[in-house]
Amino acid sequence: MIEMLEKLTGGFGPAGEESIVKEIVKSELEEHSDEMWEDKLGNLVIQRKGGDSELKIMLAAHIDEIGLMITHIEEEGFLRFTPVGGVKKKNVPHKSFVFSDGIKGTVGVEDLDNDDKLKFEKMYMDIGAEDKEEAEKLVSVGDTAVYARNFVNAGGRIIANSLDDRAGCAALVKLMQGLKESPHDLYCVFTVQEEVGCRGAKTAAYDINPDIALAVDVTATGDTPESRPREMTLGEGAAIKVMDRGSISHPQIKNLLEKLAKDAGIEYQFEVLEFGATDAHSMQLTRGGVPSGTLSIPCRYIHTPHEMIDGNDLTSTVELLEEFVSCEEISEI
Amino acid sequence: MLLKKLSEASGVASRENEVREIIRDDISDHVEDIYTDVMGNLIACRSTEKSGPVTMLTAHMDEVGLMITNIRKDGLLDFMKVGGIDKRILVSKVVNVGSDGIKGVIGSKAIHLQKKSERKKPIDIDNLYIDIGATSRSEAKKVVNAGDTAVFESGFEKLDNDMVLGKAFDDRTGCALLTEAAKIEPRVPTYYVFTVQEEVGLRGARQAAYSIDPDISIVVEGTTAADVPDNEEHRYSTSVGEGPALTIRDRSLISSRPLLQLLIETAERGNIPYQFRRTTAGGNDAGVIHLTREGIPSAVISVPCRYIHSPVAMMDLNDYNSSADLLKKFISETIEEGKLNK
Repeated sequence: MIEMLEKLTGGFGPAGEESIVKEIVKSELEEHSDEMWEDKLGNLVIQRKGGDSELKIMLAAHIDEIGLMITHIEEEGFLRFTPVGGVKKKNVPHKSFVFSDGIKGTVGVEDLDNDDKLKFEKMYMDIGAEDKEEAEKLVSVGDTAVYARNFVNAGGRIIANSLDDRAGCAALVKLMQGLKESPHDLYCVFTVQEEVGCRGAKTAAYDINPDIALAVDVTATGDTPESRPREMTLGEGAAIKVMDRGSISHPQIKNLLEKLAKDAGIEYQFEVLEFGATDAHSMQLTRGGVPSGTLSIPCRYIHTPHEMIDGNDLTSTVELLEEFVSCEEISEI
Repeated sequence: MLLKKLSEASGVASRENEVREIIRDDISDHVEDIYTDVMGNLIACRSTEKSGPVTMLTAHMDEVGLMITNIRKDGLLDFMKVGGIDKRILVSKVVNVGSDGIKGVIGSKAIHLQKKSERKKPIDIDNLYIDIGATSRSEAKKVVNAGDTAVFESGFEKLDNDMVLGKAFDDRTGCALLTEAAKIEPRVPTYYVFTVQEEVGLRGARQAAYSIDPDISIVVEGTTAADVPDNEEHRYSTSVGEGPALTIRDRSLISSRPLLQLLIETAERGNIPYQFRRTTAGGNDAGVIHLTREGIPSAVISVPCRYIHSPVAMMDLNDYNSSADLLKKFISETIEEGKLNK
């Protein structure tokens, strides 16, 4: 699974331009799906037909990531940009970025009196071009760059860009590859445009009209020095979301996940997050309402180029997902 | 000129009647059907029997304005903003209140009566009022009521060059462009949707998109141009005179790439100048339209306007005309059966 995760995090995929990552997922799952299609917003849907049960389960992991969109090219060849998704300005200066065709740049900052004046307008990207003409040969206004790709396997813990939410994607891919049979109809959706407001999941959920929905995403931890108090700890198992700012998980989904984890001896923890939202937010509020929840992979340094997860948490997440999609009790929700 | 008529009409969110009637009169003879939906959106259609992707073109009829919240004992009117208005631009402006357009001026404490600290910051809405010349509450009540809306009094004017001045270019510009488009034969089934309540949160477009259920959607807007002194070039967003601005991303929409590409090709083939909107700030009806039902691929054509959301905005008629060319060429030539279908 680690190799597949490396492949997934290596793919360029800012919100709205997810096709490269979609191709990676497609190649992994071609042999493991009954049907596979892309919908009107670009979500990649993998369908697995179930047995006797009439229940439709939708699982969602987003394939997009945050990035920077170029808004202007200066005479001297420097690029100005604006954030796409929840990019924190303090995370950007002096980081490496990469465009879809592999062009790389580093972000510089104008001389500021003090760091409080740091704004995106004061930053620029330097792709090494000597002037505007040279820069325009490489990059156009409207192009988007993402954190430069990097992947480190640090003894079971993974440090990489875009684990939000390629880790969730990897969990879904692994689930589908290993899943033998399920009584229920399964729709595995690799959603687009989550980072700009959970947009893909909204239209996908309308289209699929599921009975139960579960998002698989990363969550912040509270286990680093002087962190804000938070229960979630790296290495202590899959995190069953109770709530975040976008959704309160359906209590029966939360309870079922806990029961399944206990019965199967899968490591788990509960998650309460004071900010953030996952695709569960959109899915839950679609049509007449869809019972929804989120299963999270604890992750440090979210939305930086070096996010960190624990491989064991990822494994626990896949195991718990397997239990979830194949159990009988889910029909009672 | 229809743009002049539309710009001078009054139409704060939920009071779009005047604008709706102007448009209805102008296009009724050119369209197959025209009706107003539950929300108040004006919807017209053409070529509904043709095959190809059902196309929804959208412009909003409402403008930013004010609403009367209270009539004081002395006949002065308290008000609130409806939509996004910079409070610094309010004082001393002439406004028209209610459907009869009662004239008034936005007043405040004279400068010699202000404290030193008050002079240093923009006057708060609470310290402003509309003065319609009434001397008492009962006199004022004869012509206005709480809940009446007010708009800036602002005549449309063409300058010696191709620039025009006026209010509500956001989005009467789009309304005018759509009425022009409605007069030519589209290649595919086309709905011309004039929405209500955009400025208070994209409320009208949602229902229209749901009920029409189109295959693709194009929103036509007047957008902000910040190509003014004291702003650095990399923060211009759009530039007046450089043609229609196409959206790649804004706060609420990532444009459909195939649709955007088709617009670019249309412009290039027709030698129509165009620019990209170079900011991700701002949003419009496309934000809710593209997320309706199972998703509707959407794009935006905007005409750059300086000083938007103020009593007097400035626009280049060349940009307006290029936008009209682009829109018309798109619906009558480029859009192809199958290419953008479901």
